[in-house]
Formats: sequence, C-alpha cells, structure tokens
Amino acid sequence: MVKLIARSAALGLMPIEGDGVTIAEPHMAVLTSLAPLRGQEAALSAALESAHGMALPKPNRATGANGARALWFGRAHTLLVGPDPDASLTRFAALTDQSDAWARLMMAGPRVPEMLAYMTPLDLREASFKPGHTARTELSHMPASLTRTSAETWEVMVFRSMAQTLVHDLKQALDALP
Amino acid sequence: MRIEGKGHIDRAQPIEFHFGGEKYSGFQGDTLASALLANDVHLVGRSFKYHRPRGILTAGSEEPNALVTIGEGAEREPNVRATMQELYAGLQATPQNAWPSLKYDLLSMNDALAPFLSAGFYYKTFMWPKSFWEKVYEPFIRNAAGLGALSGAHNPDTYARAFAHCDVLVIGGGPAGLRAARVAADAGLDVILADEGWELGGQLLSDSAEIEGQLAGDWAASEAQALSEMENVRVMTRTTITGAYDGGTFGAIEKRGTHLANPKGALECFWRITSKRAILCAGALERPIAFTDNDRPGIMNAGAVKTYLNRFGVSPGQSIAVFGNNDNAHQTARELIAAGVKVAAVIDSRTQAQVNVDAPVFTGSRVIGSKGRLRVREIAIETDGETRSLEVDCLAVSGGWNPTVHLTCHMNARPVWEPSIHCFVPLEGAVPGLMVAGAAAGIFSTHGCLQSGGRVAATVARDLGKSPEDPKTPHSQNQSYGIEPLWDAGGTKGPWGRAWLDFQNDVTTKDVRQAAKENYASVEHMKRYTTQGMATDQGKNSNVGALAILADATGRGIPETGTTTFRPPYSPVAIAAMGAGAQGKGFAPQRFTTSHTATVARGAPMIEAGLWYRPSFYPEVGETHWRESCDREVNLVRNAVGVCDVSTLGKIDFQGPDAASFLDFIYCNTFSTLKVGKVRYGLMLREDGHVMDDGTIARLGEQHYVMTTTTAAAGQVMKHLEFVHQCLRPELDVSFISVTEQWAQFAVAGPQSRRLLNTLLDEQINDADLPYMSCGEIGVSGVAGRLFRISFSGEHAYEVAVPARFGDSLFRLLVAQAEALGGCAYGMEALNVMRIEKGFITHAEIHGRTTAFDIGMDRMVSQKKDCVGNTMSRRPGLLDDTREQLVGFKPKGHAQKLSAGAHLYNDGASPVAENDQGYVTSVAYSPSLETDIGLGFLKGGRARIGETMRVVDALRGIDGIVEICGPVFLDPEGDRLRG
Repeated sequence: MVKLIARSAALGLMPIEGDGVTIAEPHMAVLTSLAPLRGQEAALSAALESAHGMALPKPNRATGANGARALWFGRAHTLLVGPDPDASLTRFAALTDQSDAWARLMMAGPRVPEMLAYMTPLDLREASFKPGHTARTELSHMPASLTRTSAETWEVMVFRSMAQTLVHDLKQALDALP
Repeated sequence: MRIEGKGHIDRAQPIEFHFGGEKYSGFQGDTLASALLANDVHLVGRSFKYHRPRGILTAGSEEPNALVTIGEGAEREPNVRATMQELYAGLQATPQNAWPSLKYDLLSMNDALAPFLSAGFYYKTFMWPKSFWEKVYEPFIRNAAGLGALSGAHNPDTYARAFAHCDVLVIGGGPAGLRAARVAADAGLDVILADEGWELGGQLLSDSAEIEGQLAGDWAASEAQALSEMENVRVMTRTTITGAYDGGTFGAIEKRGTHLANPKGALECFWRITSKRAILCAGALERPIAFTDNDRPGIMNAGAVKTYLNRFGVSPGQSIAVFGNNDNAHQTARELIAAGVKVAAVIDSRTQAQVNVDAPVFTGSRVIGSKGRLRVREIAIETDGETRSLEVDCLAVSGGWNPTVHLTCHMNARPVWEPSIHCFVPLEGAVPGLMVAGAAAGIFSTHGCLQSGGRVAATVARDLGKSPEDPKTPHSQNQSYGIEPLWDAGGTKGPWGRAWLDFQNDVTTKDVRQAAKENYASVEHMKRYTTQGMATDQGKNSNVGALAILADATGRGIPETGTTTFRPPYSPVAIAAMGAGAQGKGFAPQRFTTSHTATVARGAPMIEAGLWYRPSFYPEVGETHWRESCDREVNLVRNAVGVCDVSTLGKIDFQGPDAASFLDFIYCNTFSTLKVGKVRYGLMLREDGHVMDDGTIARLGEQHYVMTTTTAAAGQVMKHLEFVHQCLRPELDVSFISVTEQWAQFAVAGPQSRRLLNTLLDEQINDADLPYMSCGEIGVSGVAGRLFRISFSGEHAYEVAVPARFGDSLFRLLVAQAEALGGCAYGMEALNVMRIEKGFITHAEIHGRTTAFDIGMDRMVSQKKDCVGNTMSRRPGLLDDTREQLVGFKPKGHAQKLSAGAHLYNDGASPVAENDQGYVTSVAYSPSLETDIGLGFLKGGRARIGETMRVVDALRGIDGIVEICGPVFLDPEGDRLRG
C-alpha cells in the first residue's frame, strides 16, 4: 500500500544562522482555528481552560506556553497551536484544521527585533511587545502572525505558499543588519 | 592651507584621493571639501545655467555649489555635496556641468549671453514654432543645463529600509540636541538622537568656545560618549531626518557605506521613525549677502571659514577679508588671526558696530564687487562714499543666520518673521508633537542653545509623565549677535552687474526684481518664475534673501511678502533607498504550490497568476512549440486522463447554524437546499447587480460548506464576505475562514480518471456512490482527504484534496499513475482550451461589466429569496435583449486566426466605433474540433446564432469573418461529465 509522504513548509530551507539570530522550523504542530459561535466566547474560554489549560486570548495576546498555546488570530479567530483540539470545544466554536496552511518558524536571539525592524512597522521594543504579545501584521509584504514567546524567542507564521519568500526576506533583513 | 595644531583630523592618517583627474592628499576626518581647500582648490564646479566658475560656499548639507560625482561606472553617485562627503582612501570625485574641463568650460559662453537669459527667458523666447519646443529647444536646454547624471546602468549597490520607535526623537546633535537628548534620557525616556554628520556636536565642533571649562568640541565628545553608553539612547549618526509626517512619523536617511572605500552591506538605509514627541534642534544656516559677482570661488560663508579652521585645521586663504552685518562674523576674523592667518579687513555694514578685531576695520561699509577669473583676487569696498579695492584670496561673508525651519513646514505650516533677529522662526505647533530648541528656534548663543535644549526636553518629559530633574545648563558663553539687515549690498549697475542669490539655480537679485516688475509679485509666483529655491538645496541659503529683495521691489515688508515653504526631503534621498528591497524577488511575495518542485523539474514554464506560479504546459521531449504540448495534453485528457494542480483556487470553509442562510444571501442561487454530500455551481453578484465571481460550493455537513473562488478573486471575495457578514448580516451565526493554503487540490480529469483514483484511494469509488456533482471525505493513501466530482474540462473528472504537507507526494503519484494509463500532467494552456471548448466562463468573461443575464445565467438569480445584487440586477437596462450577450465564434473559411480583444461588426460595415457590435474575450485552438474557437459578447447575441460577422483586431491587424454559435462547442448535453 502506497503511503503519502509529508513535507514541512520550509523543508530544505532551514536553519538560518545570523549574528545574534537563529531561525529554525519546529516540528509540524497541530494548528486549529477556533471561531466562537454567537455569544459563546466565555464558554469557549472556559472549555479551553479546562481542556488545554489556557483562556481564550484577548486581541494581540497569546495564552498558554510552549507546547500548547492560543494566539489571537484576527477578529473572532483564535489559533490553537500544539494539542489536538478537545472535542468539548466544538460545542462553542467552529473548528478548522490549519496545520498545513501556515509556514511556521522559530526565531531566537538578542537581535531578532533588530532584524524584524527591516520587515515590519510594529514597535517591538521590550516594553511595547512583551512575551505573550502577538500580532497579525505585515512582514515585508506578506501577511503574517508574529508572537513573542519569551524575551529572546519569537514565532512567525506566513501562508505556507510564501515560505520561500519569507526565507528570502529574512535573509535579506539579516544581511541589512549593520 | 593647513594650520598646525588645529582641527579634529587625524594627521597620522594621510589619505590620497582624486578630484577631476588630479591626485591630492588629505587626512582621516576630512570632508572632500576640507581636503580640497587644504590643497588650495576652490574651483569645484560650474553653475547650472551660466556655467560660472563656482567654489565651496559652506561646510554643511546646505551647500549649493560643491556638487560632485563620486565613484565611477554603474556605482557612481551624482550631486554629492563635497561638504558632506567624508574622505576615504582612493576616493574618486568628478566635477559636474563642465566640458571639456572645469577651467575651460565651453558653455561658459552662456555667461556672455547673460543679459538675454534672464528670468522668464525660456517662456518668452522658445514659443515659436510650437513643434520646436519638444524637438529642439528643450533637449538643447536640458543638455546645457543640469547637474550630475546617473550612469544609466543597473545600480549594483544595495539599500535597506527599516522602522524605529522611540519616545523622543531629537533631530540634530549640536548643543541644543545634545542637551535635549541628555535631559530626556536622564528622565528615563527612550531617545533617538539623529544627526546628519558623523560626529555629534554640530556647531560646537566649529567653535573655539568653552563649555564647563572644556573646549566645546571636547565637551561634545564626552556628552556623545555618555549618551552612547545609555541603554535608552540610540545615537544615529550620518542620519538626516528628511521629512515630518502624520502621527509622529519621520523619514530618515542613514548613510552607512558612503564614507568607506569598500562598503559592506547596505550603502544607505531609509528609516521610518515613529516617536511620541520630537525635538527639532537642527540649528541655523548662514546666509550670504548679495553684491556684484558674489559667486566667485573663494567667497564663502563666514561660519564655514570658521568651521574649516577649527574642525579641519584648514584656512581657505592666506589673506582673508570678513564682511558681515552681525557680531558673529567678527568671531571668524578673531579666530583666523589667533591661528596666524592674515585678515586683510573686516567690513561691517553697521555704522555703530563695535569691532574688536586686530585688523583694518571698515564700519558702515559694504563689499560691492569682486575680481578674479577662477578665484577671487580682489574685492571692492564702498566706504565713506568712495570705493577702495583690496587684494584678498578669500572673502568670508555673513548676512546673518536662518533657523533651520524646514521640517516644521512639512505639514503645511509657514514659519513666522521674527523682527528682532531678522529671520523666520518656526510656528509653534507646526508639526503636532514637535517642539523646537536652540538655533532652530532663533537662539544664536551657545549658552542659549544649551539652555533651550534642556528646557524643552524637560517639558517634553513632563508631558510624557516623567519627572525630570531641573536641568542645570552647563556653563558657557553668551555671544552677542546684534544683526542689522543687509540683503543687497549693491555694486555695478547695468546688464553685467549681477548679484547672486540662489547659487545652485543661478538666480540673481535682478531676476527677482524682474519678476516683481512683470507682476509676479507673490512670493510663490516669483519662485516659479525665477526658479529661486527650486534646486536640490531648496534655496537653503538664499530663499530669505530673495524674498527680502522681492519685498523691497514691491514696497512691502518681509512679513507681508511671506515666505515659500519647504517639502520633504530636507536633503536629497536616493529613490533606491526608499524602494530598498523591492527589486527582483523583493518586488512581491511569490506563492508556490506544493507541486511546484515536481512541475519545474519537468521543465514546465511557469506563469504568474496573481502572486501564484502555475505551469503553462509540460513539454515532452521533441516538442518545439507550446501548441504541440497543449494539443497533446488536451487530447490525452479527452481520451485518457490528466492531472492538474488547482490548489490556487480560493477555498473558504463555512461553519455555523446560519451558514446556509449566509450563502443564500451571498450567491444569487440557493444553497440551503443543497444536500449534504453534494456540490453546486454558484454565481455571486456585486451590490450593483453585476457578476463578481463564480465557483463551486460543496456541502460537507448540515452546518458545514466549502466554497471555491477563482484564483484571481480569492482575496476580493474574502473581503466581500467579511463586509457582508460584519455590516449587512451581522445577525447570522456563521464563521468562515480561508483554507486555500491548508489543502493541496488536484483535478483528475478524463475517461480514465476514476480508474486512476482507485489506485490511490483507501476505498474504491463508483458512479452510483459518487455521481457527478457529489463530494465526500475519503482516505487517500492513508491520509484523510476530500473528493469532489466536479469538472472544469467537460470530462468525467474529480478534484482530490489532501493536507498541503502531502501535496508534493500526491502530485507525483497522480502523474505517475496518469502516465501509466496513457495520460499526463496538464497546465494552464490545456485547461483554458478545454474550458473554452465547454463554454465555461472565467474572469475574461465575468470581467466586471457583465451581468448574469449577459452570460446567459439570469435564471440562476433566484427571485424566491434576497441576495447581494438581486434588486439591482432587475433594473430594466440590465435585462435588455439588445445587451451584449455571451456567444461562441468559429472562423468561416480556412486558416483564419481568431484573436481575443478583436471587435465585431456587421458583415459589410466599416470597422469604426459607431458600428461596434461586440468583442471577443477568449480564443483557443481546439484540437478536438481542429479549428480556432472563441467566446465573446455580441449585441442581442443569443438571437443571432448562425449569423456571419466581420471580426477586426486593429492591434494585431487581423480582419476576418466569423460565424456566431452557442458558447458550448463540445458535448453540450454533458454526457462525458456523467460518463
């Protein structure tokens, strides 16, 4: 019996090493979009809390920790990153598998914000964009999701089809660092 | 001439460079200008219009004359100000606007014609004959006038663009800026301090004054050091703030590599800096005084002479006269004398001036002329009613100082006249959030600048919720200024008596008076008539002088005359820097499907569809023309099986109790009645009743649908859905999300399609379980996938979808199996041929001006329910039988080509717009029918099937005859679909 072979979005393009920046593709995680049904935000948040240990994030915030995190993902959308979504969530939200829709990279190092300054107009200073902050934003000219997971670690996502452009633009930004 | 013991240059590091083919030597820390002056070179360029010899006027970015081209070949950079260009080993500088050489410039004959070339000359002279302007006059004038030129070659340099954020942006690092940055930073604010120079200190670097008992330059250096060590301060040197924009945003250009012999990385970086507050500490610019022949090389601004002496250890002459209307000019004379340079005279226009200088002094006197071919040799002084001449090789002039108000004008404010210091000062609140300190605010003493910088920063800090300590101003001198206005010192009368205002655009006092005489009396009209202030320096030295002359000529005061303003950028910015990163692959994101690698490996030429890359066709060995490949692919699909990646189509997932109602409102046809497991074609209208997009909608569950959109309209449809949900039908409980990227989806089409799929599906399918227009979830080689029995080719066909990570693998398997069955992969060309054969529309037909009625689908606009565009689509004009309607075309007679874009005319009618009957939208060669076929729109077309029309493509020169037919050329009954 033939079996299909899985390829990650940035296969063969990683890692990227720069001065004070390391970029790698994490293992493919389950990504699930949660869109609360009418008036079910609180119930969904409670269900998420009891099933996965985190509340529904407020706009521009992420909840949870490495391994199981929920990202605010735009109006009325949350992205659950990591766990298989618990069946209890379906009572309160529309669930959509997005595991393959996004190219997801981890960036680490003290110079990540400096590098990102060449790609996004967001204010990424420590006081403005803290660990646990997230944004749907423009990265170079790609629609993206950017999350600060700790003082020196970041997660970035762009459409899977744009993985090569993301890598190209990250390298260009690294080259621009003085 | 170098002066021993002076300057911040590093005499241990001599540097060789070239100017105009000659080799010279300078030191590390020199600018090109200071190094040239040290080598006694004053002549650096020829003027724009009259090709007059010109020398270095200033020591800063306002320099109008000393523009040179740096470098050679493709990398060369024109119009670089020699006063800002740091010297590096091997620097190659070329003078501009001179041929064959600086010393003997042929076009200097223009100067002899000067009486005929005054302001307005072009407008009056080159009017006739009319056609000569474009062909003869303009090219000639453009060739004669102008400054440096680009190489014309691709620029190999790299540039960058970046964003920065801060609480306080301090613009300029002179005494006020250094203080402001320090006080703001001490208060705990995030500070960016930007300065156009490479060293902080501004005017302090040019001063021999003392601050806190230290030499001003040393104090600046220690402050700069302290600031650079603070965590919350970012010092950006070589960075010019170029523009003030909305919301506290400023543009800035950072020169990163222009001072290096071998720059690495980006040559320049264009910044957008967002700040809560900004403090403008940009200082002031000295203005010359107009007198006859005041543009001779060797005649310089007095402040610049002082800068060259103190900062670079260079005296621009051996016998220097100083001419001014203020006390500040005396300082230049005193410091020259202290450095051992001969000061031939101090000429002060003020009768009561106290001139405390050990040199011949002429008060109440003026310089009214100069002599010397390529450099000043002699000046004429008018004193006590008589004219004396004096031999000098340099004249230092000060007509007073203009605060650098430029950025305060960028949001439309005009500066205000301050009569006590005879200059324009910034209007308060000119740029929201921006305050002005130091000389930029009209405070011209070192002590005043330090104090003002500190005070303004403390105010800003309090505004931002900090409690700054009361700033203690460092101790320094409070120099006197005592200016009395002097704009036009006069000189020779008659056609040859020209006193220059705008050196860069060759504008004289006479031009301004001429403008006034011809009633261009408004300052804006005068500017455009004379071109005063319209060169790359925006008249930084000259605007105020020019409008003072205009005020005099029109008998008004300066405040009544008003001033022109300034636009961004403050100083020139390379377009390459603003567009950095947007060349080549940086122009737009590239979207690649999961089959991209395998497709490219098969040699398929890729075409762009929006941002996506899709294959045109898959060439086989021996095929030499795209038509060969395309025809083969069509035949193989029609007779065996083909595989095509259709993942680029928009896929949108709908869930929620009201999903069905929402889709009923979005589409003109009904989806609440669609059974689970079924697929239906849908047409959506815009609000105006015209067609927006089409696609298929599959119902996966009671409350679960998947919509497809066309590739091109996916983004537009998503926006439309958000609008409809958020604004028109917010009561509906539905959510939707794009799943375009989640699924890799492949069309498998042709009589062998089911057989192919059954080799890879976990469960076998048959016609009964999966008839035409049905769908379901299914295992694909062990992966949870989806299968839709739909067809865009007219064949028995499917679309199979798997999560994108498996796309590459599935595509390879599908193609391999297709080939084993005598089929192939097919590209966009074959896809297009097959859809035209079937009369299926794309955005070539639903191009925004067509309705459901026009494309023959008006019956789909259900009148049993409402939908977006329904009411508007019922307008009688949109249901008129004479409208252009979708039809098919076949050429009559053999060997005739059809072309998309051709227009239709009645047989025998002449092909002019009034006779237009319609147009062709899509054409293809049909290998199935062995003829060209086409789709298009024809007035009343559905009633004209069988008619013969003339078809004319004026662009391609095609003129032929077609027969009108129905739009479906192949299998109109759809037997093959269901087979």
